[in-house]
Amino acid sequence: MNNVLNIVYLIPLLPFIGFLINGLGRKWLPKSAVGIIGSGVILGSFLLSVWVFFQVKGGNTHTADYFNFLSVGSLTIPFAFQIDQLSSIFLLIITGVGFLIHVYSTSYMHDETKEHFGRYFAYLNLFVFFMLLLVMGANYVIMFMGWEGVGLSSYLLIGYWFKNKSYNKAASKAFVMNRIGDLAFLIALFWIIGKINTVSFSEVFSAASISKFSATDITGITLLLFIGATGKSAQIPLYTWLPDAMAGPTPVSALIHAATMVTAGIYMIARSNILYSLSEVTMTVVAITGLLTAVLAATIALKQNDIKKVLAYSTVSQLGYMVLAMGLGAYTAGVFHVMTHAFFKALLFLGAGSVIHAMGGVQDIRYMGGLSGKIKITFITFLIACIAIAGIPPFSGFFSKDAILLAAWQKSPVIYVIALLGALLTAFYMFRLLFITFTGKFRGTEEQKHHLHESPSAMTIPLIILAILSVVGGFIGIPNVIMQGGDKLAAFLQPVIATNGEAHHVAASTEFMLMGLSTALVILAIVAAWYMFRNYQYKESKGLGKVLENKWYVDEMYDAAVVNPLKKFGNFLKNVIEKSGIDGVVNGAGRLVQYGSRQFRLLQSGQTGSYILLMVLSMVIIFIIQFFLRK
Amino acid sequence: MPINYYIFLSVALFCIGIVGVLTRRNAIIVFMCIELMLNAVNLLLVAFSKMHHMKALAADVASTAGTDGQLFVFFIMVVAAAEVSVGLAIIVMMYRNIHSVDINFLNRLKH
Repeated sequence: MNNVLNIVYLIPLLPFIGFLINGLGRKWLPKSAVGIIGSGVILGSFLLSVWVFFQVKGGNTHTADYFNFLSVGSLTIPFAFQIDQLSSIFLLIITGVGFLIHVYSTSYMHDETKEHFGRYFAYLNLFVFFMLLLVMGANYVIMFMGWEGVGLSSYLLIGYWFKNKSYNKAASKAFVMNRIGDLAFLIALFWIIGKINTVSFSEVFSAASISKFSATDITGITLLLFIGATGKSAQIPLYTWLPDAMAGPTPVSALIHAATMVTAGIYMIARSNILYSLSEVTMTVVAITGLLTAVLAATIALKQNDIKKVLAYSTVSQLGYMVLAMGLGAYTAGVFHVMTHAFFKALLFLGAGSVIHAMGGVQDIRYMGGLSGKIKITFITFLIACIAIAGIPPFSGFFSKDAILLAAWQKSPVIYVIALLGALLTAFYMFRLLFITFTGKFRGTEEQKHHLHESPSAMTIPLIILAILSVVGGFIGIPNVIMQGGDKLAAFLQPVIATNGEAHHVAASTEFMLMGLSTALVILAIVAAWYMFRNYQYKESKGLGKVLENKWYVDEMYDAAVVNPLKKFGNFLKNVIEKSGIDGVVNGAGRLVQYGSRQFRLLQSGQTGSYILLMVLSMVIIFIIQFFLRK
Repeated sequence: MPINYYIFLSVALFCIGIVGVLTRRNAIIVFMCIELMLNAVNLLLVAFSKMHHMKALAADVASTAGTDGQLFVFFIMVVAAAEVSVGLAIIVMMYRNIHSVDINFLNRLKH
């Protein structure tokens, strides 16, 4: 019990304190103080996380049990934090990338008024707090608290510019979509409680391994949890909120919708890998969902014209890869991709933020072009991120994507081919974005051209750090064929990830062949993108292009299939049930009393005789009841 | 005498009282009918009280059971006397104001 790791409660507590200070003091704290407090608390958490990481690396894993959070009947839910290999990795990602984004925000959001600046940082800190709660919780209930909390904070941050109506709608959309998933998560939670009367990870997993659950239970629970993950991690069918979530400030997109919150679903599956591995059905569903999402989102990204939308769909697509990895049982590869993706996607978003900053708020790449000379640091870091996400060795994305592709190959060549196709699309649309934005001629107005400038150092330094991480981040997971013992991440995660014995090992030659193939094709895709988009001129797209530009009309389909019927139903309730039903009852009660009293009033004739007559009659009636009708 | 006779007599008196109150319009006669009803009740109280008291005496010579009914009668008579004085005063005032003792005349409370 007396473990040094007991002080890990400080890691989520610090951002929470930051939230309180910034949130309550936003009226009088100067902007510089808000920035220092907001980033400082995250830095503190980051340093603690580094310390925790080395503790864990030294073999010290710990479940810090603080107090009884909930105690109902025989069910006791402790407020406990679990520090092990998996959570320590996520702690590093969240606080590390989170810190850089906080620093970046101090500069990016500098034009906001003092009050809103404080509010922004309060939300950011709150978000980090909930995210830390999510990954540190030692049971599903604490995880669920964080799970709900990140949903709330993402709602607040997406709708940060609350005066814009469409931004508010995007925020609501994200919230509702998340809620759908949360409901499934909650049902799974109840299912687990109903079966084994505990929610803590260790007990659930040990109960699962001694088959206290029936096969149906496992499949049901994991599927429901997975529906929760599709909401949080933006998978088909609940992914549409994420592209709309780009309404928030760009650093928010980087923090929430690329690096951390959306990985919550991946984390949850990785955490519950013991359960997932037990259900063949769920694994298939997970893999197929991931694969479809990866390819579908990649096709949509091909035709988007908003710099952030491209990145958003790219995020959805990359999340699809992670989910695919989960479904293939390659949990380590999935977590690895979460990590590298956090680096390069945060970099891409922050780079995009820098571009938007330079362009004075314009997000449409049709009006950009030729920016490479004007904003050099942004261009170079953006290029690095693109190479990383495309998966060219030795950048980080290559290693993690290769691990997933290898797992796909082990499962079936069909999955491999589709996943590879997605990877090619990724390379193509990322470089399309890069070329349209940074090469060719400038297509904006003269005024914008004059305004173009590199961002201040508070923005470029995080970019540079993330760029370095994007380059070297992959070296912790070098496949064993290249360097024996190079896959340090897998070795590190070994204790928490159930490996199903590496079904059949792939020969080294095949592995090299696959790597070569994917790299060659990716380079081909990049060349094709360069050829097509180096001198980009916008043309109205037709046929399939138009369908892609309109995102396969998925939003429209959802509107037609779910939203509009619901709206109609709501209107029906409002106009018919409410107006004539409920209002009818309420008004009817009033009218009945009015009518009744108008009639009864006539009894009040003022004739004493009639009063007495009534009195006598009622007395007679009472006597009759008393004497003849009783018994 | 059997108790039935008393009951019949007082029921008869009571009914006469009721019918009088319901049918007559002269306030004084209505008033008298009310008194009649009161006295019908008094009669019944006394009769039952006596009956109980006789039964109790048969069992125990010193018993006082059943006498409280007769006490009630005195109370009722006192209250009735007070009521009569107030009621008659009201009727006198009514006659002074509207020169009539017809109760159907006096229905202005309605408005």
